[in-house]
Amino acid sequence: MADEIKPSSPPEGADPKPTAPTSPVAETKPPATGEPTPAAPAAPKPPVAAAAKPPAVPPKPAGPTPQPWEADLTRRLKQSYGSGIESLSYVGQNYLVVDHAIIHDVLHALVNDEAFDYCVDVTAVHYPKNEKPFEIIYILYSFPKNERIRVKTSIAEGEAVPTVSDLWTTADWLEREVFDMFGIVFSGHPNLKRILLPDEWKGYPLRKDYPILLQDKEWVQINLGIESGQ
Amino acid sequence: MSDFYEDIDPAATVTDTKTYLDSDELVLNMGPQHPSTHGVLRVILKLDGEKVLGTECVIGYLHRGVEKIAENRTYVQFNPYVDRMDYVAAVSNGLGYCLAVEKLLNTEAPPRAQYIRVILTELNRIASHQLWLGTHALDIGAITPLFYTFRDREEILKIFEKYCGARLTTHAFRIGGTQYETYEGFERDCLDFCDFLLPKIDEYETLLSTNRIWVERTKGVGYISGKDAIALGVTGPVLRASGVRWDLRKAQPYSGYDKFDFEIPIGLNGDTYDRYIVRIQEMRQSVRIIRQAVEGLPTGPIMAKIPKVLKPPVGEVYHSIEAPKGELGYFIVSDGSTQPYRIRVRPPSFVNLQALDVMVRGSLVADVVAVIGTLDIVLGEVDR
Repeated sequence: MADEIKPSSPPEGADPKPTAPTSPVAETKPPATGEPTPAAPAAPKPPVAAAAKPPAVPPKPAGPTPQPWEADLTRRLKQSYGSGIESLSYVGQNYLVVDHAIIHDVLHALVNDEAFDYCVDVTAVHYPKNEKPFEIIYILYSFPKNERIRVKTSIAEGEAVPTVSDLWTTADWLEREVFDMFGIVFSGHPNLKRILLPDEWKGYPLRKDYPILLQDKEWVQINLGIESGQ
Repeated sequence: MSDFYEDIDPAATVTDTKTYLDSDELVLNMGPQHPSTHGVLRVILKLDGEKVLGTECVIGYLHRGVEKIAENRTYVQFNPYVDRMDYVAAVSNGLGYCLAVEKLLNTEAPPRAQYIRVILTELNRIASHQLWLGTHALDIGAITPLFYTFRDREEILKIFEKYCGARLTTHAFRIGGTQYETYEGFERDCLDFCDFLLPKIDEYETLLSTNRIWVERTKGVGYISGKDAIALGVTGPVLRASGVRWDLRKAQPYSGYDKFDFEIPIGLNGDTYDRYIVRIQEMRQSVRIIRQAVEGLPTGPIMAKIPKVLKPPVGEVYHSIEAPKGELGYFIVSDGSTQPYRIRVRPPSFVNLQALDVMVRGSLVADVVAVIGTLDIVLGEVDR
């Protein structure tokens, strides 16, 4: 990656060796930890040691964790909606985890009372092992406040989420794409049908149980007149 | 209308008006192979005569499953793929992706890398706007600007080629900085290009800004109000032409944009002509930024210290940049492994295209072509 080009700046060059891995990012070759036996003879030749070492995985320094986020906004929301809201912050980005039952009310309050007038994105993530495997993420932005926020909610397989296309027109296509890729139904959506894939396609590609090479062979054969798309 | 009809054949009017008088809705298919759609966009138009009653976009012809591919590649492997979304502004795509992963890694590119990134991204913004201007003018019937803009865009592509060997899908940036140091004479080339371009932009304006056909075809066409644009999530020059002074480079600066002095041009009328003016002005502002960045280009490393094997800590981030077409965002979920658990791309073209229906309702068929052009969509990014 950072190969060859060595910008000759002396303070930078001298710096990396003695310092301990203070950054939250996992350092691949911490000097002291790990088994002493293979590391000791290899010490004079660091590149070889680095190549040989990866199997002996050192304990990673813990990365940043979500911190509780307190602000006037969260206090107001918690006052109105009680325990269904958790407010957190991760690497400086604030987000709310909202119970599925009140998601539409909270978003309604955000757009009308808190001036989050721009819905940047609606998307989802599939966690097949969770009890509620689908997480829906709304990324919002407020022009008056210049503030960004994410709102997340989780739903079980087969559960529907109320549409937010009544709050932001832009959610129309964004929700259609989530439906297309994950099969999540948005109740009350004016025109919920596939958007990127053909209407008759079977399966939802961005689910984790959908392998990367899988295709709807039947659709391919009928519509394209070829045996397989691969 | 009916008077006219009665003049011709009075006998038929009494009984069945519907057959002769009400023009039925005509459904017309436009695309997916149509020169003005800039790719494979299919628009189903509902028409009453020449008047557009409504549209429906059929997209996905270029769908490659970029987000799925991302889940099956490492963070580094996925980097070249993002160039293939908005292939006329590949550098911007790469910048957004690298910044998002860097945010996830909690690291930052060194100042020199940030400046190089800014220079190349702004050059790419100019190239994207030039390509837009040439093709948009061609759609409307002006052939000459295409040759002018492509001639000048070539100079930018030459700089890209000298810098990283590629012209369009550049893969110019790496997570943590840039791979390549600038070549001998890079600064000179960029400044020469700035000097070269400014008179050329004036030249484009001489061709179009006061051209009567151009003005007639663009003024008042494809109007969208600032309020509608915000509700529709429209960003970029389209939003700014509707009077909203909002640019992520100013609102939430990244990659050192806060160090540069530039303005955000806006329009007031929200029509096709204003969007044209906004983009022309943006090219001039980009020149300003490039000059400042080249003159202030710091020395130092071009790569942050990041591990050879990238394993971002568990977490999720969203980071967005001001791409030539609007807000380009990456939402990345990491499960602590070498491969992203999920990458969501928030494409400006996809969201902006949704505004087409609002913008062409009630106008003429010929204006649909103008409005598709003025939205500046790239189907590779719409479909991903």
